[in-house]
Amino acid sequence: MELDSLYQEVILDHYKNPAHKKLSANPTVSVHHVNPSCGDEITLNLILDGSKVKDVSWDGVGCSISQASTSIMTDLMIGKEVPEALSVVDEFTELMQSKGTLNGNEETLDDAVALAGVSKFPARVKCALLGWMAFKDASLQATGKNEG
Amino acid sequence: MTNLDVALLKKDFPIFTKVMRGGSRLVYLDSGATAQKPIQVLDAEREFYEKHNAAVHRGAHLLAEEASELYEGARSTVAQFLGATDDEIIFTKSATESLNLVAYSFGNSDSSNRFYLDSSSSIVISEMEHHANLIPWQQLAKRTGASLSWFPVTEDGRLDLSNLEEVIKPDVKVVAITHQSNVLGTINPLDAIVKRAHEVGAVVVLDACQSVPHFAIDVKSLGVDFLAFSGHKALGPTGVGVLWGKAEHLREMEPFLTGGSMIESVTMTEATWAPAPRKFEAGVPNMAQAVGLAAALKYLTALGMDKIESHERELTEYALKKFSELDRVEVIGPKNIEMRGAVLSFTVEGAHPHDVGQVLDQYGIAVRTGHHCAWPLMRKMHVVGTTRASFYIYNDHADVDALVDGVRQVQKYFKV
Repeated sequence: MELDSLYQEVILDHYKNPAHKKLSANPTVSVHHVNPSCGDEITLNLILDGSKVKDVSWDGVGCSISQASTSIMTDLMIGKEVPEALSVVDEFTELMQSKGTLNGNEETLDDAVALAGVSKFPARVKCALLGWMAFKDASLQATGKNEG
Repeated sequence: MTNLDVALLKKDFPIFTKVMRGGSRLVYLDSGATAQKPIQVLDAEREFYEKHNAAVHRGAHLLAEEASELYEGARSTVAQFLGATDDEIIFTKSATESLNLVAYSFGNSDSSNRFYLDSSSSIVISEMEHHANLIPWQQLAKRTGASLSWFPVTEDGRLDLSNLEEVIKPDVKVVAITHQSNVLGTINPLDAIVKRAHEVGAVVVLDACQSVPHFAIDVKSLGVDFLAFSGHKALGPTGVGVLWGKAEHLREMEPFLTGGSMIESVTMTEATWAPAPRKFEAGVPNMAQAVGLAAALKYLTALGMDKIESHERELTEYALKKFSELDRVEVIGPKNIEMRGAVLSFTVEGAHPHDVGQVLDQYGIAVRTGHHCAWPLMRKMHVVGTTRASFYIYNDHADVDALVDGVRQVQKYFKV
């Protein structure tokens, strides 16, 4: 069924048992993002140790795609240097915008390749990107690169 | 038993021949967002462009005459449909624009005008308003210094009118309220609200987007002062909305948009306004869309608004019964049929509305998911969003059954 390409088992697992879904204290930066078209909301706390992502934690409400995608993202980002983490965000963004033409590189994206099927459902791409955009925003703020 | 021959009338709607995801037929349960269009409406629009296209109220040629006649004929059709007079009907691009027209017009008034607002005035809305009948008033209050208050919504999704006189205080100038909630399906009783509003000299603005397409409306017996609805929810094209206003109000109101067509005379420094409705229709209007809307209203009239109402009522009653048999599924809004329209919002425990909608889509079922442009209401009802099925003339028991089966599939799929 077409639906199975969207809701891979790993996505449903992350949805039921989301990782790092409890806000850590004393974040370097805390951001709040909203998807105004569906009302999904996320608060994301980022803790940096120098230029290294020490901790990413979050809380929020949303659909299985947004919740699972955020959960997968946190697992992926913790421990990475910020520039590398941001390049992974870009790679994932490209995958989401591929309209089903890319499968994603498992070496860099790990479990996030399970979200490749989302790119065939244009209405859900924003759901998948919510947590990632929050992370990107927090990272840029934390490293002082966000002029806004 | 249904009063409409659904199978027959469905043949008028070309979209129902479409094959949906998974090879399913289309089960369209999103008419609350926009209705599908019968061929009669599409033909009317096409014919306008093919045979009569010209800018209305301008030009001395045959086409301009025909276009003007059709456009003004459409105005008459709308007026008849609402029990109003022609000059009280203003064509806008949408109901949203209609409501903004009223709000901005009031905001443009000077202190000699009865619609003038300042910090000594207040505006009343309700907690169940669509953003289109909330934000224009919220912002008007900000611009003028007027205060904003609202009727709360009860746990069962009804308007709380228990302290009517405290909400509609003597300083209230405008009461803007929805006729039927786009989320809950609740039909609001207007008599007491209108009576109290008029007692304090306020006008009542009715958002009738969810009522005009579904049951017979007579503006005189409703007693309200303004009424807005959109063409596309009433089988008509997008790009056309209607504002009805009492003639005496329209005479006194300042224009909203200015430009061509809406003037009486113009110099380099001054302008005076044409009488209503022209005063409120600046620029070349959406002519083909107005003509299409007239065809839609004629289509509805031919079916019979009373028949449409009882068809939807019977269908909603059936859906409410079927939904009451589902486990871990909650209807958000009135659970009985009294003063309730053909809108059914629900939540499925453990499954987010987006995911519910996605699974239903796999079976060709089109529903709306999310906050339905009524974010404050969602917070009030303690939900992040809902899945909403809304019924219309082309829906039948088989569609409700498909929806109920679909919800069971959702529960199976997400193991909830």
